[in-house]
Amino acid sequence: MSAEAEALGTWGVPLAVLGGALRVSTPFLFVSLGECITERSGRVNLGLEGTLVMGAMAGYGISYLTGSPWLGVLAAGAAGAVLGAAHGYLCGRPRVNDIAVGIAFMLFGTGLAFFLGKPLVQPSAPRLPAIDLGFFTDVPQLKAALSVNALFLVGIVLAPLLRWMLKNTRWGLMVRTVGENADAARAMGYDVNRVRLLATAAGGVLAGIGGSFLSLFYPGSWNEGLSSGQGLMAVALVIFARWDPVRCLWASLLFGGAGALGPALQSVGITQGYYLFNAAPYALTLLIMVVSSSATRNSADMPAELVRSR
Amino acid sequence: MTAAALAYESLDPNQSGFRRRDVPPELAALNITKRFGSLTALEDVSFRLRPGSVHALLGENGAGKSTLVKCILGYYRADSGEVQLGGRTITPKSPREARRHGIGMVFQHFTLVENMTVAENLVLARAELPARIDWAKQHREIEAFMDTTPFRVPVHKPVRKLAAGEKQKLEIIKQLYLGSRIVILDEPSSVLTPDEADEVLGLLREMAHAGAVSVVLITHKFREVQQFADDVTVLRRGTLAGTGTTAELDAQRLAEMMVGAELPSTAVARVERAAGDTLLEVENLRANDDLGAPILRDVSFSVRAGEIVGIAGVSGNGQDELVEVLAGQRAASGGSVRVRGCEYRASRAELHTHGVRLLPEAPLANACIAEMSVAENIGLRSFDRAPFSWLGFLKKGAIRKRARSLVREFKVRTPSVDTPIGALSGGNVQRAVLSRELTGNVTLLIAANPCFGLDFAATSDIRQRILNARNEGAAVLLVSADLEEIFALSDRILVMSEGRIVHAVDIAEANLAEIGRHMAGHGSDPPSAP
Repeated sequence: MSAEAEALGTWGVPLAVLGGALRVSTPFLFVSLGECITERSGRVNLGLEGTLVMGAMAGYGISYLTGSPWLGVLAAGAAGAVLGAAHGYLCGRPRVNDIAVGIAFMLFGTGLAFFLGKPLVQPSAPRLPAIDLGFFTDVPQLKAALSVNALFLVGIVLAPLLRWMLKNTRWGLMVRTVGENADAARAMGYDVNRVRLLATAAGGVLAGIGGSFLSLFYPGSWNEGLSSGQGLMAVALVIFARWDPVRCLWASLLFGGAGALGPALQSVGITQGYYLFNAAPYALTLLIMVVSSSATRNSADMPAELVRSR
Repeated sequence: MTAAALAYESLDPNQSGFRRRDVPPELAALNITKRFGSLTALEDVSFRLRPGSVHALLGENGAGKSTLVKCILGYYRADSGEVQLGGRTITPKSPREARRHGIGMVFQHFTLVENMTVAENLVLARAELPARIDWAKQHREIEAFMDTTPFRVPVHKPVRKLAAGEKQKLEIIKQLYLGSRIVILDEPSSVLTPDEADEVLGLLREMAHAGAVSVVLITHKFREVQQFADDVTVLRRGTLAGTGTTAELDAQRLAEMMVGAELPSTAVARVERAAGDTLLEVENLRANDDLGAPILRDVSFSVRAGEIVGIAGVSGNGQDELVEVLAGQRAASGGSVRVRGCEYRASRAELHTHGVRLLPEAPLANACIAEMSVAENIGLRSFDRAPFSWLGFLKKGAIRKRARSLVREFKVRTPSVDTPIGALSGGNVQRAVLSRELTGNVTLLIAANPCFGLDFAATSDIRQRILNARNEGAAVLLVSADLEEIFALSDRILVMSEGRIVHAVDIAEANLAEIGRHMAGHGSDPPSAP
């Protein structure tokens, strides 16, 4: 235990949780925003866990090869777009179930990433720079907590922007119509499968970028244990956020903070139940699903096509 | 302002005047024939819509009314004949193309997006949308447009919160907003109360007579034809049975045209009998809809042996949910149901021991497994009991033999008992379900819209069988959106509105106007307190 932590006393815990929330939440945020777009179009992509890991691998690999982490981010987005479009295309075929395809893509994406990423475990790639928002303070914990990544800031802007776009643009209205009533959308001449394919591909881009954050910023290396189910949890998070991008932001921060609880408690000397506290995000997922779901009613915010297609 | 909005010129807002310098073009369908495989749905039917008039298309279910308008709208391609608009032949290949010619249809099943607002629904129906939508401007334009029509719906409200009448108005506004000069209405009164239907049709007729639109009204109700239409065309079994102005055709004449010479009667033989013991008691029953909002609010009533209790009401006032609770498809949130004095929760064992039988609405979806054979579907109530099963093994021979005899007895028309039931026509599916539900000891029969969508013959057959069950001492609960059916069958009538029983009356004292008032929620007496 460090002297500074002792000096801060128990204040170190909320500070570390805050830092964790800002740091760990970014992949949750990007994946959930991506899934939000996809689900608003009336389709579920469970494969985003695979997309996340693929994005992490692709981002790390390109950053290592080109020396530019930002090119890595682009590559991660492109990998996500390809996986998303493939999911969208397959689900547009007759009698194809999006849940089954999603599970297949989850396994396929992680498997492919491990296979292609084998040579990347050893070398170290240039990482994304941190932005120091803690310039005003001398408290090292606060400085550490406020050292954030540009992607996080992009995500913060993206969430309200997406909400605005869903409400105020032709594109947003089209996605929502397709997600709420496919028959009505068809009668208006929209190509339902095409809209969903594009929405799933766009969701893939965001999930891929979320993956590049994992390998290029925090934890900032490539290995097979990089994602511990963030992609899947983000899908649950969209339900918790009731399909609203801004609520996705708050939910991601909450999940990020929960993920930082174990290490934070450890840093002030509470080591008992370390693994239990590390399981906080998973317990939170379960709790949220139990609390927010009901056997007898559907959420009014839920895109109607999600109910209909099951 | 949109082009459509400019199309109507308000003369005097106080008189809700709307007049265009030009009237809508004349629409004519000439010698239309349409076949589906070996079935001729329409044969050599012609029909002419005078500009600025309301023209009723009258006929039974399956007479070809919707086939005709679908040929005009481009859903179907007619095998022969042509559609003319203003004297020029048009061949729309899709409803979108028909809309470009100014022809639009308002469907029975609303094509609105429930989770979006009124304004969003109107805007997204437009062919061209700007990339960025300025909602403040759109709201202003839409309100200004509504001022040019006699219809008004709150623009900010989500559609799911609108009443059925408002949705129908919104559908009509949508057609006008998109620039339709010819509006086709598909059985509007099937989803509206009589008052709502009168209001909507009255306003549309006003618009038509002002020369703003021409209206085609698809219906099977004489009252609507005589009250709102200028001309009427009657179809019978896919052929033209007659046409003329409503002034020269009375109800008697229309009925003869509609059903032909045979005039099959849907009147059924009723035996006068005193009602017996109370078999079904529902007390303070409460239930929620799929979004968790209360839909049944303290419903109490009882049904005795040998009586038919009819529940009337506009669809969506809790009738479906009541039947679902009694059928075990929906959990009650309060209150109790007793059958023959015993607590009843619609378990399979209770259904069996108390002889509770169900005829749910849309039987193919709610009472059948479409992919399974007629024999298997008929055996669904008894396949796990002797003599149809032995030590858990099914005795297929016995199941099929029984099915064959029931198919004969109930006149189910099917190629064989091994045909998947989904391949049968609606009337025959309903007969097969009846044969299952009305065989054996029937104590309580619950029927929901049992004749919906069936032709005269099937309707009178099925009504007679329901009445026979009552004559033999069963208690019958009949839930129907068709008032004529309620009046034809019931011994007692209850009216349901907003999840409550708001009116109860014996058939002898029942009065159509009063029941209509209660259905609309304007009853004279306060909602029944438990």
